[in-house]
Amino acid sequence: MLRFLRWRLLQLGPVLLGVSILVFFGMHLIPGDVAQLLLGDKGTDADLQRMRHQLGLDQPVYIQYFRFLGGALQGDFGESIRTRQPVIWEIAQALPVTVQLSLAALAFALVAGLSIGVLAARFPHSALDTGSMVGVLVGVSMPVFWTGILLLLVFGGILGWLPLGGVLDGTLAVRRITGAPLLDGVLTGRWPIVWSAGRHLVLPAVALGATAMAAIARMARSSMLDVLGLDFIRTARAKGLAERRVVSRHALRNALLPVVTLVGLQLGLLLSGAVLTETIFALPGLGRLAITSVLARDYPVVQGVVLIAAAVFVVANLAVDVLYVYLDPRVRYQ
Amino acid sequence: MKRVGLWVGLGLLIVGLVATGRGGPAEAQAQKTLVIAIGADQTGMDPQTVQNNESGFVMSTIFDSLVNYRPGSSEVGPGLAESWTVSPDGKVFTFKLRRGVKFHDGTPMDARTVAEDLDRAINPNNSCFVPARKGVDTYDEFTFGSVKDNSVAKMTVLDDLTLRFTLPDPSAPFLSSLAMIWQGIMSPAATKQYNCDAGQHPVGTGPFKFVEAVRNDHITVEANPNYWGGRPKVDRIIFRIVPESATRMLMLERNDVQILADVPPSDYARVQNNNALQLYKQAGLTILGVAMSNDLGPFKDRRVRQAMNYAVDKDAINQGLYAGATTASQGMPPVLWGYNKSVAPYPYDVAKAKALLAEAGFPNGFSTDMMVYANPRGYNPIGGAKLGEAVQSYLTKVGVNVKITQYEWGAYLARFRRQPWEGFAIAGWSGDNGDPDNFLGDLFEWDIANGRARTNNTSRHHSPAFDRFIRDARRTTDQTKRAALYEQANKLLHDDAAWIFMNHTNQVRAARANVKGFVLNPLQMFFNMELVSLE
Repeated sequence: MLRFLRWRLLQLGPVLLGVSILVFFGMHLIPGDVAQLLLGDKGTDADLQRMRHQLGLDQPVYIQYFRFLGGALQGDFGESIRTRQPVIWEIAQALPVTVQLSLAALAFALVAGLSIGVLAARFPHSALDTGSMVGVLVGVSMPVFWTGILLLLVFGGILGWLPLGGVLDGTLAVRRITGAPLLDGVLTGRWPIVWSAGRHLVLPAVALGATAMAAIARMARSSMLDVLGLDFIRTARAKGLAERRVVSRHALRNALLPVVTLVGLQLGLLLSGAVLTETIFALPGLGRLAITSVLARDYPVVQGVVLIAAAVFVVANLAVDVLYVYLDPRVRYQ
Repeated sequence: MKRVGLWVGLGLLIVGLVATGRGGPAEAQAQKTLVIAIGADQTGMDPQTVQNNESGFVMSTIFDSLVNYRPGSSEVGPGLAESWTVSPDGKVFTFKLRRGVKFHDGTPMDARTVAEDLDRAINPNNSCFVPARKGVDTYDEFTFGSVKDNSVAKMTVLDDLTLRFTLPDPSAPFLSSLAMIWQGIMSPAATKQYNCDAGQHPVGTGPFKFVEAVRNDHITVEANPNYWGGRPKVDRIIFRIVPESATRMLMLERNDVQILADVPPSDYARVQNNNALQLYKQAGLTILGVAMSNDLGPFKDRRVRQAMNYAVDKDAINQGLYAGATTASQGMPPVLWGYNKSVAPYPYDVAKAKALLAEAGFPNGFSTDMMVYANPRGYNPIGGAKLGEAVQSYLTKVGVNVKITQYEWGAYLARFRRQPWEGFAIAGWSGDNGDPDNFLGDLFEWDIANGRARTNNTSRHHSPAFDRFIRDARRTTDQTKRAALYEQANKLLHDDAAWIFMNHTNQVRAARANVKGFVLNPLQMFFNMELVSLE
């Protein structure tokens, strides 16, 4: 197991290197010159030359790449061109918000998706099954920006039950420990903060988690149906076990494997969905940072964000693989 | 049983989260907080080192300049300087500063501290010299001139409260440039403390003090009770960054925010039909047009250029594509002094256009090129290509066939500004300092000394009479006289028809009806927020 872990973590290096090459050259293929964008339509030729020189843009692209790589290997991702703050600082501000959002969305997707899927499988072809599967189909088909705006309009606008965006009420401020407001509220023991942060998290988490929830529900239903038809379930029932126990103890654990695989894949979707969700709900996360930086051709920040996202994705998938061992004792890694 | 408890608990939590409804904690009510929604975050709040609107929005509440714009106007009035004199030759500006003003960090504001801050703009030996700093876009050379070509202003401290600038050439617009938010005065102690870059720790003398900035979330400023212009009427302002316009609109309707810095045209009616809201709208500090090569091709003939102005239905385009932008008739927007009210836009008149073309020797029209770009600009929210296509279809009706070529923005600028192109090109401008010279001089003046058009006079308009007005206005210090000169210059420019004058995009904001004392400033910044109250 340890050897497996070491091997997988070693793979992280080449993956990140490949990603950094793709992103770096991809960004430079997009037309548009960051120096020109910074100066707008007013700068003189001399301004443009000076700016390009200061930013190192007058060097060949491969030299720029090696400069970046050299810095990155020493943990220095450079400075944002737009704000002149260290890239690491920009990412540190944004990452906790996205992690908090993704985990909340994942929790929602898992709890709601599994409940719906298991219930539907428990009563197949009933009204409950058909109804929930139609609902889930709608969930799977709706793009996140649409779900988001709809939720915002109904629960934030018309009903006014939940906040319209942001991470906290404007009048509250929390001491920054982790950067995730909900957790910081807990750590500082300030319950109004926890309350407010939680309320602000509900809609974006549901919007972002809706697609994953639907996918999980469908997968859980079919996988559960398969398992419920197997011999050992019949045996369990024949032993006189309560149906609740048969479902929750015997069937569910076996039905979970494909669901876990799916969750691993959904993590990537959650990260990319965060771009839209964070824009709609005005959350200061990594997705927003990515999109503003791409539009401004802020190469160093884009590079940093993508590398971090890739690393998170790889590690999350590794966690899923490790989870298999726990769920299915037959799985062994060499 | 344990599990049932867990589920009940979870359910209660969700119900609770949902049902608490609106209304913050009690501490919110005690303070008068004004929330302004903006679309993007500031990129720094050190005035000399940034140029984007969002940074400007926030800085305009924190900083004063030596002189400030008068409320709701681009006219220059007192700021940190109570009064000033200009020498008869228009080169020496002497400012008398206010006594007893302090920066928010307690540093006294006097001639020495102001000079210490402005020294970074003009002294290349200053370790914080702004124009040499990496990746900085600054208005310092625009305002004070450049060290490299010896056009930089000289600054002298005469006594505790008197500061003098000596310019190499007479320049009346210098005053307007000093009033820009980009020349707000930062406490030199802060610049020193933060190693030349107090961009995330701004310290000014303005009506509000900086409290905190959370990246991509909000910026908070609180009232400066000792503000020389009177204590602000609200206790704090929070600039909330909300990128999605639909979300911003809902927040305004629910009173989560009180002012929107930007309203999309599709929401104008929604604001106007709501009694709790108010729409603020006026022509912005911009101009948009289709430049013609005044020195090449058929466009050398003024009658052809006038014909092009008659041939295009500008009102229809402005209604259909620009959400009712103000139709342009001259070289600058109507919100500026010096605008000639007696000059009306060219009416849409195909017959007149054809007659002028025939008179000029093109009874059957002609074929020519047009350069466009795709991306939106502040002065052209729909981008250049759509405008180009609209103009192209109108011109077909008078026999002018236009071939459109689209360029990527950087390539467009390179061709548009640096090559002697022929035909049409989409042109536009956002004002910098609110001085008429910043439109008429930059966009339409000939550089007599070097015998060529100025860099942004891309249509290569050349009229000695016009140039004389502009030069004289630059050397005149009396604003009434300057305004009269610019009015005449605008009349000339209209007749010269250097561009097809299209429009001025509107500056549009929305606010709750209980927001009182809020006025739009032509410079688009949130100036004079100390006068705004919540009733």
